[in-house]
Amino acid sequence: MEVGNWSFRITLPRVVLIGLVLVAALTALYRFIFGLGAVTNLSDQWPWGLWIGFDLLCGIALAGGGFSTALIVHVLHRDKYLPVARAALLTSLIGYLVALVSLFLDIGRWYNFWRPFFFWGYHSVLFEVFWCISLYTLVQILEFGEVFFERVRAPVLKGLLQKLMPLLLILGIVLPTLHQSSLGSLYVIAVNKLHPLWWSMLLPFFFVWSAFFLGPAMVTLEGTLAARAYRREPETPLFRSLTRVTLGMMLVYLAVKLIDLGYRGAFPRLFEGSFESHMYLVEMVGFVILPIIMYAVPAISRKTWGVLAASCLVVGGVVFNRLNVVFTGMAKAAGQPYFPSVWEFLITLGMWSALILVYCFLVENFPILPKEKHSSPGEGDKCPERG
Amino acid sequence: MGRSQAVLVDITKCVGCESCVVACRLYNDLKPGPRAGGEAKPDGPAELAPDRWTVVQSFRVEKDGSRVRRFVKRQCFHCLDPACASACFAKALQKTPEGPVVYNEKLCVGCRYCMIACPFEVLRYEWDKPFPRVLKCQMCLARIANDQMPACVSACPTGALTFGDRDKIIAEARQRQYSRPDLYVSQIYGLTEAGGTSWLYLSDVPFERLGFPTGVPERPLPEYTWAVLRWTPHLFVGWGALLAVMYLYNRRRAVAHSEEEMYAPVDAEE
Ligand code: SF4
Ligand code: SF4
Repeated sequence: MEVGNWSFRITLPRVVLIGLVLVAALTALYRFIFGLGAVTNLSDQWPWGLWIGFDLLCGIALAGGGFSTALIVHVLHRDKYLPVARAALLTSLIGYLVALVSLFLDIGRWYNFWRPFFFWGYHSVLFEVFWCISLYTLVQILEFGEVFFERVRAPVLKGLLQKLMPLLLILGIVLPTLHQSSLGSLYVIAVNKLHPLWWSMLLPFFFVWSAFFLGPAMVTLEGTLAARAYRREPETPLFRSLTRVTLGMMLVYLAVKLIDLGYRGAFPRLFEGSFESHMYLVEMVGFVILPIIMYAVPAISRKTWGVLAASCLVVGGVVFNRLNVVFTGMAKAAGQPYFPSVWEFLITLGMWSALILVYCFLVENFPILPKEKHSSPGEGDKCPERG
Repeated sequence: MGRSQAVLVDITKCVGCESCVVACRLYNDLKPGPRAGGEAKPDGPAELAPDRWTVVQSFRVEKDGSRVRRFVKRQCFHCLDPACASACFAKALQKTPEGPVVYNEKLCVGCRYCMIACPFEVLRYEWDKPFPRVLKCQMCLARIANDQMPACVSACPTGALTFGDRDKIIAEARQRQYSRPDLYVSQIYGLTEAGGTSWLYLSDVPFERLGFPTGVPERPLPEYTWAVLRWTPHLFVGWGALLAVMYLYNRRRAVAHSEEEMYAPVDAEE
């Protein structure tokens, strides 16, 4: 499909994705008319479900690739990672938009959504989350403006944004640091509800730290997927050298988790044999210790598949952890299990389909992925290769 | 600072007549609507709902070798330092100087974080409305501000509910325990739970057997949040400054590179 100088190739998978988005849009419409009870399995015992637990909490965590890459590339100036910088920023931006849309679907009195901007409930963690996420999305849109005006030629605007860029970059790291941690702080108040294996005053630290080390893994995963989809050469050497960041941070994470359990005297709960304790063990052994080993053993971490598999575990592990906090850990207090309805799943599916479609449109129309070295001889090898 | 009013519920005196429930319904003009949220539970204790701000639950428990029946009136505890109000980022839930914790639907965004926060799980949401409210007992704020007692208290025929200044109410509860040590358990529920509440309970059977939430910390819940939140400005400034310094320092080593030449749209042809 070509309109003006924009192009979007329509393929069969994309038609399916568009279909999913339409179904989700209709479901959303139904929800706005008939209320949350008509489409979701939420209840007074389970006020937050799939949309908050997965689309918002996991979506924002998965978008962590944006801020960790920004820190590594633009502040620490490890320029060799530049080729993946724009893609990381972009996926992060779309991730936030998905999270904001799911939040909007989930709040009951949505026409009031602007109120916290004026009525300062600053003693609420949600207040911080709300402000930081809105501001950071704005910052990301401005950051993306640089790319946008490169394509839609407007050198004046691009120049203006470039002047602002240092400020934006720093805000673009500080804000997500704050709200990634406050997503964890949200559950600090659930003292007598969240299972003691997860409840900790260090929840904010665990959330922001894992969102950070998730970044490189996410960049690896989406980079590999994009390379597959567009038949390009994946940036494997970069992904491989990023694993050292992940490895170091995960070791710290594991150590702090253990110290925290010991300090709170929660060790015995590990082996209490409950559903919660099993889930906790799976989370820690399968999704933290295992990838640490994979990253640490050269025979595995030097192979492309090894890096990719370990990255998948890290990404899956952060999702698993968030779901454990939101669902597993809260189940006992709720007194009954929660399972999302078909409609909740359809909306989630639709939103993530939209994410993929927007990603495809953007990388096909904007300068986001690095030029292939062989595709345009003479000018394609400008990527700095220092390290 | 106004007086903080409280209600004492003496479970040994409640006969389960539900006069309080009816009084609440009449005073607050609550019309029974379709049951919202979850499944209707025909058996088992009555549950709070958006249109039922108070219920009387019945429990059969073991006491001194025989089975006895006890009735527990439930409603919002009106915490002294309410978790729900501290969790609300729109100031829709607020503690009044008179004691009640009240809800203002005009400000509410409907995010339900208050429901996650309340340690007693009393908040109810209108799941079937397009613009749902979070509803709960308001402790008849207008009546209290007028020097009247809450509707439910005034309707109780057995004296199971006593209204008054919180300090006097606690003294009264202690007095009853003192005069009948054989009858009452030593705990006064609500004295220290979640930092203290405006509804206090006396009982002759242990509270955990009457469905009262256990494990509610004595420290007011907002203090936990605040212990974390107060770091925000420091983190913002400190981390921001550190990043700025690193940015400026590292910029000197950076090589100029033209990003325009580095990236390009990908070709979608497959
Ligand atoms: S009992 Fe729950 S709803 Fe009532 S004031 Fe306390 S925290 Fe708020
Ligand atoms: S649902 Fe309403 S009252 Fe509850 S925290 Fe959100 S905005 Fe506040």
